Amino acid sequence: MKSSHGTGYGIYLAVFAALLALTGATVAVSYVDLGVMNVAVALLIASLKASLVALFFMHLKFENKLVWAFALVPIFFLVLIVGGTISDTLYR
Amino acid sequence: MSDHTAHPELTAEGSGHAHMDPAQAYDAAKLGIWTFLATEVLLFGGLFTAYIVFRLKFPEMFRIDHAHLDRLMGATNTVVLICSSLTVALGIAAIRKGKQGLLKIYLALTILLAAVFLGIKYVEWKEKFAHGLFPDTDVFFSLYFVMTGLHGLHVLGGMVVLGGVLALAWQGKFTERYYTPVEVSGLYWHFVDLVWIYLFPLFYLIG
Repeated sequence: MKSSHGTGYGIYLAVFAALLALTGATVAVSYVDLGVMNVAVALLIASLKASLVALFFMHLKFENKLVWAFALVPIFFLVLIVGGTISDTLYR
Repeated sequence: MSDHTAHPELTAEGSGHAHMDPAQAYDAAKLGIWTFLATEVLLFGGLFTAYIVFRLKFPEMFRIDHAHLDRLMGATNTVVLICSSLTVALGIAAIRKGKQGLLKIYLALTILLAAVFLGIKYVEWKEKFAHGLFPDTDVFFSLYFVMTGLHGLHVLGGMVVLGGVLALAWQGKFTERYYTPVEVSGLYWHFVDLVWIYLFPLFYLIG
């Protein structure tokens, strides 16, 4: 009755290892002074990690379009809120 | 549910009793938890927006204050939560193959890791208080305590939910054909991990 997702122990362990490696990388980079780029790198790595968790641990990769829509709609509104607030803070 | 197929008019009208077929119930539960997570994204999203605004307004404060946070403890807690995400995922993989014993072990491990996370958080907060750093110290620490506090409440809530799921697992409620509560609580738990994935660099790493 349930669609079998193509997820097994192997892929979970690979994602786990990638998440640990990325955590190590983001901590290591934080000790190097890159100016504004520190923020960009930290957010990039965090987003990579978040994508891995959502796609594999949360099975989004194997879900249908409806579940994807439910996952993306709040992200859309979040971008709208954050984007609007940033432009308001910076250019008023 | 097969005993209702003889009376389709009863199932169609459904007098207060929802007769969903299991696959439909599973899909509905999944959309339900994703809807809840959508409200959670926007709950934390409001706080992240506040963080961005104050960071833009007071960059010096953020640069100086973030050095007070213990990077090692933050990183340790990140690893703890990643481990707990793995154990929950492995628990679901186990019950999909009908392995009830393994599911119980992975759920117990997840709850244990959640407790470790809160323990480390407790030590961190205690140290901050000991150094005279409180939620009303300045905007940075207001945001730090509110956001990690709200996240900590979510961890606590996750422990309660996963504890309930573990109790059900103990009663042998889950099989390779029925494990919806495990999957739904797992999705919530991964979300709690997701929030921390952003909280950690924003507070501990970038100044």
